Amino acid sequence: MKVILKVWRQNNAESQGAFETYPVENVSGDMSFFEMMDMLNDQLVLDGKTPIAFDHDCREGICGTCGLFINGRAHGKIRAITTCQLHMRSFEDGETIVVEPWRAKAFPVIKDLIVERTSFDRIMQAGGYVSIKTGGTPDANAIPIAKRNADESMDAASCIGCAACVATCKNSSAMLFVAAKVSQLSLLPQGQPERVERAINMIAAMDEEGFGNCTNTGACEIECPKEISISHIGRLNREFLKASLKG
Amino acid sequence: MLNNKIPSGPLAEKWTHHKFSSKLVNPSNKRKYDIIIVGTGLAGASAAASLAELGYNVQAFSYHESPRRAHSIAAQGGINAAKNYPNDGDSIYRLFYDTIKGGDYRSREANVYRLAEVSNNIIDQCVAQGIPFAREYGGLLDNRSFGGAQVSRTFYARGQTGQQLLLGAYSALVRQMNTGQVKFHPRHEMLDLVMIDGEAKGIVTRNLITGEIQSHSANAVVLATGGYGNAFFLSTNAMASNATAIWRAYKKGAFFANPCITQIHPTCIPVASDHQSKLTLMSESLRNDGRVWVPKKKGDKRHPTEISEDERDYYLERLYPSFGNLVPRDVASRRAKEMCDLGHGVGETGLAVYLDFADAIERMGKDVVVQKYGNLFDMYKQITGENPYEIPMRIYPAVHYTMGGLWVDYNLMSTIPGLYILGEANFSDHGANRLGASALMQGLADGYFILPHTIGDYLSGKLGEAVSIENDAFSKTETDVKNRIDNLLSINGNRTVDDIHKELGLILWENVGMARNKSGLEMAIESIPKLKDEFWKNVKITGTADELNPELEKAGRVADFLELGELMARDALNREESCGGHFREEHQTKENEAKRNDEEFSYVAAWEHKGESLPAELHKEELIFENVELTTRSYK
Amino acid sequence: MSWYSTLIKSSVGKKAVMALSGLFLCAYLVIHLIGNLMLFAGPEIFNSYVEALSSVKPLVRAIEVILAGLFLTHILLSVKLTRDNSTSSSIKYDTNKAGENSGFFSRNMGLSGSILFIFLVTHLSTIWTQFQTQHEAGNFYSIIVGKTVGLGNPYITTLYCIAMVLLGFHLRHGFQSAFQSFGIRYNKYSGLIEGIAVFFWLIIPAGFLSIALYFGIIGAG
Repeated sequence: MKVILKVWRQNNAESQGAFETYPVENVSGDMSFFEMMDMLNDQLVLDGKTPIAFDHDCREGICGTCGLFINGRAHGKIRAITTCQLHMRSFEDGETIVVEPWRAKAFPVIKDLIVERTSFDRIMQAGGYVSIKTGGTPDANAIPIAKRNADESMDAASCIGCAACVATCKNSSAMLFVAAKVSQLSLLPQGQPERVERAINMIAAMDEEGFGNCTNTGACEIECPKEISISHIGRLNREFLKASLKG
Repeated sequence: MLNNKIPSGPLAEKWTHHKFSSKLVNPSNKRKYDIIIVGTGLAGASAAASLAELGYNVQAFSYHESPRRAHSIAAQGGINAAKNYPNDGDSIYRLFYDTIKGGDYRSREANVYRLAEVSNNIIDQCVAQGIPFAREYGGLLDNRSFGGAQVSRTFYARGQTGQQLLLGAYSALVRQMNTGQVKFHPRHEMLDLVMIDGEAKGIVTRNLITGEIQSHSANAVVLATGGYGNAFFLSTNAMASNATAIWRAYKKGAFFANPCITQIHPTCIPVASDHQSKLTLMSESLRNDGRVWVPKKKGDKRHPTEISEDERDYYLERLYPSFGNLVPRDVASRRAKEMCDLGHGVGETGLAVYLDFADAIERMGKDVVVQKYGNLFDMYKQITGENPYEIPMRIYPAVHYTMGGLWVDYNLMSTIPGLYILGEANFSDHGANRLGASALMQGLADGYFILPHTIGDYLSGKLGEAVSIENDAFSKTETDVKNRIDNLLSINGNRTVDDIHKELGLILWENVGMARNKSGLEMAIESIPKLKDEFWKNVKITGTADELNPELEKAGRVADFLELGELMARDALNREESCGGHFREEHQTKENEAKRNDEEFSYVAAWEHKGESLPAELHKEELIFENVELTTRSYK
Repeated sequence: MSWYSTLIKSSVGKKAVMALSGLFLCAYLVIHLIGNLMLFAGPEIFNSYVEALSSVKPLVRAIEVILAGLFLTHILLSVKLTRDNSTSSSIKYDTNKAGENSGFFSRNMGLSGSILFIFLVTHLSTIWTQFQTQHEAGNFYSIIVGKTVGLGNPYITTLYCIAMVLLGFHLRHGFQSAFQSFGIRYNKYSGLIEGIAVFFWLIIPAGFLSIALYFGIIGAG
């Protein structure tokens, strides 16, 4: 099959970007979207042109590195996958595919389709951890945790930090990302001692980085590759309000 | 000349004694030391956090934008520990024994025992960090069984154990980043090691966004940069996983141990086309409930559901009645290859075997199967377009893990003083074959519980030592790095980096893959250097050095793989025996099992770089077994 | 930093205050609707109901001040939050199929809110002002159904109908969203809240709409 790629090209953070169009022939349905891009890039190199820069690494949907806005959807139209898990069989022969980088003020484009998401790390630095040192911890079975809490905590913890939630949010809000961590730890006894500080500091860091507010449209949970529910945002709101009201 | 520094005394007391007899750095002096850590996966992040907690100044480097992207994240199945929570007879000694045996008696007793010993601390540590391991209804931790063991000792967090453990180590690391005790350098790739007076004193990096070449000095350098499975082009590694850091260290004098010993994972999704860019692993835990089979008839192209029970060969169950589908990885992989070579392979390419869940679905019900393996089944369906609930999965082995790596002593220090190697990047604990759920264990053991105790012994002698990037060694290394980049960019040939990498991968897969023989290895030793010449004459890289340039990054890595590939073949040729992941066709039993040669090859092959035009020199570290008896592994 | 400044400086805190003001306004709608439904009982009952309210004028005035405060809070916070949100995104996507992952009205609360604001201004400057100025005449019913500012005027009726439909959509998202902002909409209670929400987004706007339709088209004749 053949597809036409309309791709955002931008030299670096300072330069102006623009769309460019590339026809790609001999695409097979079993190829992943990135394998199709690899094929195009090889051709661009041989033609002496600059290949399209895009972020990717594990290519199995877990590292969270990849993330493209494809035909108006974060990670493409298929539910619960990352861009690297998208296969060409999801497209029609001859289809024009619009490929854009994540758009958010907190994620500046550094080249073509690559954005900088270090703002996520700074949010995590504000409290996305349990303050324990290595060693001196109690036996793992000394703390029983109800299975349903452990399971729900795991639901939240499965966040891969890809930022599809921010990319798809009309407000570029990072609430689902922050909620995933706060929810994970607030469901577990280990997270209790720092519960108050964590909620307040992570929300403050999120606001500081220039992410928007949540208006509860629910788009994030639809686009989340790990299907993290916005009920975790509810829990984050509660944690924050409790923390700021009760202290 | 290789001093492995294994402490004397009874096996179970070595580590305790060693910790006591090692020199310490006074708590108030720790802040006077700078430590560089390259790579922030499980081993690197846990080491960076633990050393910073102790008070050392840590500079951490990653070519990723965030430590959370490291490929440790992709480990699915679990992490082993000798907790014996299920009360099925596990113990530190049993974990030690299983690991030594699983490694086909090519690892050090003392290292493996220490690994088993600290395994329990790892679980305690991870739980305290808030890692949501799977639990039973009573609230206590759940365990599952894994290949190569007859006890259930694997802790897991759904099919995302590596992710959860990495995020745990990452959380400890960001906590130290927040205090400023760790300075993290994202998107910085180490391109060379800096040596001063024969010791490791810093690194030269390239800022992947701006292309800037920078020097960084420290009192010690730690490499935790993972394995080199990507030498094969197709592997389960992430796209950027590479050997550059350890290869640069090798060329500066660190010995490379057992480079040929590679783990081929039996349960991966088969190659679909020439454009395949990587292979996806399906957790080995699938073999707990899935049954492996091929059609008895050669070249049987019928749909699997049309092949009746008596026309199927459940070859693992037939050959290994006691372990069945749970034989170690090397055995399962080689048997799959053998079945395909004999013409029983399935799928379009004939390079696959079935992993069938029909019985499991009937026995446990679909709901339980969904709960246990749902995400893996979804992943399989997404990639292949086939529904594994209805038709058996097709699987084939793929390069997964490299047991070889830089040689380290008991302190995890390489042959270069001040250079420490952790995790998959070192060779130390898995011998000739790593058991499932042991990689996470080793990475975290090295980072959380071993290096923080051993690094002081070296550093304590360096109190007051000032290392500065003003030293000529830094500017000289920077010049070397820049020249190499300029060389790469000036070639302007007509083959892409991937094109040459694929050719290398094919040579390695065919000749240094699951089964090796003398003529194939000799062919590889002859053809890889030619391919290296071709690369340096004919590769084409567009763009410049002072911008984000992924092709340039890849080129530097492939240039190193081309040299490493040759060493892998040389090591494989040298090792005239079959052991674990290294199978020499000349050395097998009548039943086609690996035949070790303990008389002549019970050693670690550590290779020393002697210069560009000279072959590497082999050093042998004898493996001494005082506690276990060397037997032929049998999983029958 | 005091608890209040922590709260109001944060995005989550602002949202919670906005949600709270919204829920109070929802509660007011119930009272307002009950009063309005008396129109169906005829001019006498309606007029005497309004007269009765006038006898507790200080209370009514106090409620009006509170309502003004709630509206102001709701509107000003929404303006502030919307402005913050508009700076958080950079370039807009060339192709964005937002309709495939979220509802139109959930994405356009500002739009429905702004139209409701126009309605509110119109409503206050007509009916409410007339009630104050023509209080002596005592015929409130005729103001409502009259042709000048009442439902006898087809333009007014149309505006009222549009506004009530929009109110429905505004509350359909807003009511549940408020509980989400407080963090009490999670799986266990979501069914209950959805049920209550139906009363607010469907029944109440439908009640108001029925008045507009009845007196605008049939009843006034």
